[in-house]
Amino acid sequence: MTELGAISFGLFIIVAAVGGAAVLTWFERRMLGIWQDRYGPNRLGPFGILQVAADMLKLLTKDDWVPPFADRAVFIFAPTAIVVAMLLGFAVVPFSPDLYVLDVNIGLLFFLGMTSLAVYSVLLGGLASNNKYALLGGLRSAAQMVSYEVFMGLSLMGVVMLTGSFSLRAIVEAQRDMWFCIPQALGLFTFLIAGIAESHRLPFDLPEAEHELTAGFHTEYGGMKFAMFMLGEYLGLILISCMIATLFFGGWLGPWLPPLLWFCIKVFALIMFFILLRAAIPRPRYDQLMSLGWKVMLPLTLLNLVVTGAVALWLEG
Amino acid sequence: MLQVQATTAEGTVNDLFDRFGAQCFVVQPTADLIPTLWLQRENLLEVLQHLKPRFPMLLDLFGIDERLRENKPEAAADYTVVYHLFNLADREELRLKVAVAADDAKVPSACNVWANANWYERETWDMFGIEFPGHPNLRRILLPPTWEGHALRKDHPARATEMEPFSLSAEKQAQEQEALLFKPEEWGMARSTEDSEFMFLNLGPNHPSVHGVFRIALQLDGEVVIDAVPDIGYHHRGAEKMAERQTWHSFIPYTDRIDYLGGVMNNLAYVMAVEQLAGIEVPPRAKIIRIMLAEFFRISSHLVFYGTFAQDVGQMSPVFYMFADRERLFGIIEAITGGRMHPAWFRIGGVAQDLPDGWDRMVREFIDFLPARLDHYQKMAMDNSILKQRTVGIGSYSTEEALEWGITGASLRATGMDFDLRRDRPYGGYDQFEFEVPVGHKGDSYDRAVVRVEEIRQSLRIIRQCLDNMPPGPYKSAHKLTTPPPKERTLQDIETLIHHFLNVSWGPVMPAGEASFPIEATKGINNYHLVSDGGTTSYRTRIRTPSFPALQQLPLISRGLLIPDLIAIIASIDFVMADVDR
Repeated sequence: MTELGAISFGLFIIVAAVGGAAVLTWFERRMLGIWQDRYGPNRLGPFGILQVAADMLKLLTKDDWVPPFADRAVFIFAPTAIVVAMLLGFAVVPFSPDLYVLDVNIGLLFFLGMTSLAVYSVLLGGLASNNKYALLGGLRSAAQMVSYEVFMGLSLMGVVMLTGSFSLRAIVEAQRDMWFCIPQALGLFTFLIAGIAESHRLPFDLPEAEHELTAGFHTEYGGMKFAMFMLGEYLGLILISCMIATLFFGGWLGPWLPPLLWFCIKVFALIMFFILLRAAIPRPRYDQLMSLGWKVMLPLTLLNLVVTGAVALWLEG
Repeated sequence: MLQVQATTAEGTVNDLFDRFGAQCFVVQPTADLIPTLWLQRENLLEVLQHLKPRFPMLLDLFGIDERLRENKPEAAADYTVVYHLFNLADREELRLKVAVAADDAKVPSACNVWANANWYERETWDMFGIEFPGHPNLRRILLPPTWEGHALRKDHPARATEMEPFSLSAEKQAQEQEALLFKPEEWGMARSTEDSEFMFLNLGPNHPSVHGVFRIALQLDGEVVIDAVPDIGYHHRGAEKMAERQTWHSFIPYTDRIDYLGGVMNNLAYVMAVEQLAGIEVPPRAKIIRIMLAEFFRISSHLVFYGTFAQDVGQMSPVFYMFADRERLFGIIEAITGGRMHPAWFRIGGVAQDLPDGWDRMVREFIDFLPARLDHYQKMAMDNSILKQRTVGIGSYSTEEALEWGITGASLRATGMDFDLRRDRPYGGYDQFEFEVPVGHKGDSYDRAVVRVEEIRQSLRIIRQCLDNMPPGPYKSAHKLTTPPPKERTLQDIETLIHHFLNVSWGPVMPAGEASFPIEATKGINNYHLVSDGGTTSYRTRIRTPSFPALQQLPLISRGLLIPDLIAIIASIDFVMADVDR
């Protein structure tokens, strides 16, 4: 791919990802509505899809207010960080054999780095608001980050071992015979959990926890700055779905249909799964979440790592 | 025969006479036949202490301003403080009254005898200005701290036209806001210890999980609740004061709005008390219609509880299913009464109308439909392991604690106390029904939910029995105080016409006297204590609601837990703020 081509494709990905996230806000509400015996937003345009435009218009025209007691610079910076980090994460996603922005030999590490950066956004937003609920939300987010980052990276090391590379394209190619969701079922399970925690969605939405902390870390946010947080959350959801599809479900691989379509189908199915999860599961308490992370998920991840390593060595030897 | 409560309290009264001497007491006859004794302020605490083992629960404590009462009991002075004691195990009630003069309005505090006297005494001070020496923190509870006067005194205005027009200057606004500021020192709380500084978090009055306008000030160490101070009164509408300005009949719609999820259940508590005063016997059909509607509202209220309970522990979907079911239920309520949440449909002496054609088909469809849905919810919510993790063992208390704090209803049964007024002291026709009283054993948040879920099924059972055995006959009593009186013959003889006209225009005149009637409402025991001075309005209406004591107990069961636990507890005790603040 030429440099110009890569840049224009990169821009296209940004637009597509942001657009996708925006549509997802509507789509999720519609799906939740259907599952919950109600309609959801169905008034504007066909199937209510113009709700997205209406919401955007509303958020754009709201007063851009910064609370006088907040730490102004950080308060404004926080919501931007999550969007930027999430968008950068898309750079390494291989959508099809030829469609990608970056193919670096540390693709996976780059993705992990970017998602970790996104946590700062929540943390800083919570701290800068100078609000008690936001502070508690920020605290919870810090605790959650510490416990879940640990095994998020480790849970992927099995995949890396089987492939022998951090490059995401190489990982997809390595799944020609068998998708990693079978040999790495445990890795998939732990990464899935860590992924939800990373994107702060129910049942892991403790930093926000509407019923406990009103709106948690973004209690003081409104208008576009609030929209940025939402955008970041939905971008995160898409990104995590892209990564799971790439790492465990063979990325673009699949018979008959064009590779890009396969990729989109897989991502879509995973997004649906995340929405369903949100509709179904209550929220654990945060000390329960911590102990789940440290006492169950981390040992499982390590077990997966050891077994995968042993099997890989045995196969080679 | 009037549903007079069979009271076995004679033994208790004789025992009191033996112990303290009969000359210490004056007996007042009441329409409800609950033994009512006047005693001297000096003996009060001693007598209460003596009665405590026999009556573990202080059901209610309230004041009466006797100054304008014409048919005053002989022992009464300017104000009266009433103690309503309840012995659930033996279904025994006792009422004690203390008279105080206006210039010496002091009664020793009973806080050390029953823990729940605390809030009741604050309320009595707030409303009547009666002081309770020995009370740990006697301050206003329902009215704002800046309020002038004591609202339930007869000389306090009741209507806006009797007062200066309301205005809010910037200065006054600042003052009011200042008064709302939570000051930990006033509640004996430290701002810090040697190692840590506490955070004081204002949860509410506007918060997604406090079920209305309820504020609770939390003393936090991290997320651990060290102490909590509930602050109520934001939903206070002066229902008891309004009762003194409305006719006996026209107060019915106000009762609907006390426990606003309970609909006609509130009417039932009120009209039962009025019927005691009037001596009205309700015809069988009216009784069964009332029971059916009341049980429908029990289901409706419990469905809301169920949904919000799941929602408050973070489960998003159940509440929508349960509201959809409740909507179906409201379809029936609407077909029968014309109203939905507030039908105001019960009448003194019966109900407003007969059942409409086709009611049985609608009811049958609903009671056939709901059990399968409940099975579904069981799997979805109650059996969910995360929900269990969040609620099992959280906010538990023993039966003794529950009685000490005046907790009634499902929250009491969850502790293992097998008591339900409907079964154990049947009223209004409940003795003809077969149903079980579900009981929990741990008294934690989860058990409170389990008991309520099972109560939905039992209510369906009762409704099915109503459906299969609905007796024929009139839907209101032929008693002369039935309101509105039967109209059939009004255009045929002048006597009936005049009677009808007076009862509708002025309202019925209830014979002077006092009566109360505790019923098993959706959230616990609801009790209207009515004082009639022989007029068309009530002289004093005291509304004892189950939600009030539940909130008073909240700090006790949430200390040492985390904020999410507090939310789970709040979700599990099933209260509505209108029922607390009235």
